[in-house]
Amino acid sequence: MLFWQILIDGFAISALYALGATGFTLIFGVSGVLNLSHGAIMVGAAVAAWAAAGELGVGPYTGALIGVLAGLVLAFATYFIAVRPIQLSKAIAESEKEIFILTATLLWGIIIQEAIAYLFTNNAKTVLPIVEGVTTVFGVRTPRNEYFTAVICWVAIGLLWFLVNRTRRGKAVMAASMNPRGVTLLGIELSSIYLTVWAIYGLLAGVAGILLGMFLGVSSYSVGPLTASAFSIVVLGGLGSVSGSLIAAYVVGYLETGTAYLISPAYRTIPALLLLVVVMYLRPQGLFGRR
Amino acid sequence: MPSFVTSRLFWIAVLTVIVALVLPTYVSGYVLGLLTVAYYTAVFAMSWDLLFGFAGEVNFGPTFLIGVGAYTAGILDAHYSPGLSIWLCIAAGALAAVVGGVVLALPALRVSGPYFGLTTLVAVLMLQNFIVVAAGLTGGEIGLAVPDVISIDAKTNYWIALGFMLVSGAILFGLSRSAIGLILQASGQDKIQAGALGFNVTKHKLAAFVVSAFFSGLAGALMVFYMGTASVSTFVDVGVGVQIIIAAVLGGRRTVIGAAIGAIFLIGMGELLRPLGELATLIVSVIALVVILFFPDGFLGIIRGGAKA
Repeated sequence: MLFWQILIDGFAISALYALGATGFTLIFGVSGVLNLSHGAIMVGAAVAAWAAAGELGVGPYTGALIGVLAGLVLAFATYFIAVRPIQLSKAIAESEKEIFILTATLLWGIIIQEAIAYLFTNNAKTVLPIVEGVTTVFGVRTPRNEYFTAVICWVAIGLLWFLVNRTRRGKAVMAASMNPRGVTLLGIELSSIYLTVWAIYGLLAGVAGILLGMFLGVSSYSVGPLTASAFSIVVLGGLGSVSGSLIAAYVVGYLETGTAYLISPAYRTIPALLLLVVVMYLRPQGLFGRR
Repeated sequence: MPSFVTSRLFWIAVLTVIVALVLPTYVSGYVLGLLTVAYYTAVFAMSWDLLFGFAGEVNFGPTFLIGVGAYTAGILDAHYSPGLSIWLCIAAGALAAVVGGVVLALPALRVSGPYFGLTTLVAVLMLQNFIVVAAGLTGGEIGLAVPDVISIDAKTNYWIALGFMLVSGAILFGLSRSAIGLILQASGQDKIQAGALGFNVTKHKLAAFVVSAFFSGLAGALMVFYMGTASVSTFVDVGVGVQIIIAAVLGGRRTVIGAAIGAIFLIGMGELLRPLGELATLIVSVIALVVILFFPDGFLGIIRGGAKA
């Protein structure tokens, strides 16, 4: 009973973590950017969906669509406001661009977070679920929405896989993550690849944010923990390795769920943090890092 | 040119110190209290700048060192209150932070860049979890009440904070301009080449961590006995660390003094904009973002740019 409970709950939460972390790692892999406004973008998408579905009353489907659009818009805004100007800047030395992008995206995330708090208050918001009701599998009563979350996450990840491996544009993105100069020599504009990646990222973060909003609810306080968990999953799996992030997401998701059920919810995040420290000492490039 | 810049900096510093010295005669106790916190935060930011600006270590966890210092001092005082002088508690806090600095330095010698940044972030989260879980010892999420304070007089507290900031600022600034600071800067920019020139990179980086930890912990411990309480949200939270980093980058990294200016500016602006409520943080963040995007060298960079023109 408890075993199935952990298995099912862990699966859903891990799928959500995986989806959130995939976009994050893709951007790092292609352009070397660690986007610390990640959590804010997810929450922004969720709040947009919540406001559209609840306050304007457009229904859950249109609401979710508006949320995804918000994720896309926020991702592009992040790129053009906090990332691109620094990449192009001549006043900042190449070696320092990394810390500047970190600081700028961090500030940008705070700006989004505060704007949300100002416009929609700090209260926790639960997005209207698209699928309602509960279902019993292996004697565990689970909201249907939880299965829906897991399915959508894996469909989105599957679509991403298809895009990257089977389409021309996706292959160009993959090539850019391996060797940016080589792609330029083949006559592909790097800046257009970056735009593609940020668009993919915005869609993924938007979907992940809305699902999170339906599943657990979001508030402007979730911004920091969301960014931190994506960051640690991505580092655990190996920066830039998408399959590594997927596996790491499941490791972290199950560790957290298992701890919460078997020991105490208060200790939820501790084993995952300990694992992260151990991995950093023994294998700094992460479990599946390429370095 | 560099001598001119330093002299200009020097005069600005002298002017600021004079203003800070005559201030208590003219302003209210409330403003003094605010400045007291700002001065301690300035020390946090300067310590961070030594690690990042000079040693090139992206430390996302300045609050790990601050929190260790603050909580060690606070817990000692809360448990052995009348028997143990608060100055001993403060010294113990600074010492504990130095130990924390060495612990933090170990991964830094192995991993670099974003990987080290994450390690420091994890250190903060672990400390935060520990404080919440060990609520019996640390006061948990509610915070730890400390029976003793340095003084209840706003002016005395102000003088202690100001003196402490000036002394630690002078030491950190002097260190950054010394041969050690140059070696640190070299190893931060190119570790291998600095090593090839015969400098012991490991030893210098370790020293930078120890010094940074010492001042962070000392400032944290002093601030506990100013506030009379230690809580996660004032000493450990990632948000506090973020503010310190923003202060240092905003004022101008690799300058030490800039970090102090940035910290005082951030706290002052936060207070000035307080009537705007929720919008205050938003506006401060926008200002910080604009400065970072358009004036990457921060406030001191703007002043220096004006000097060159």
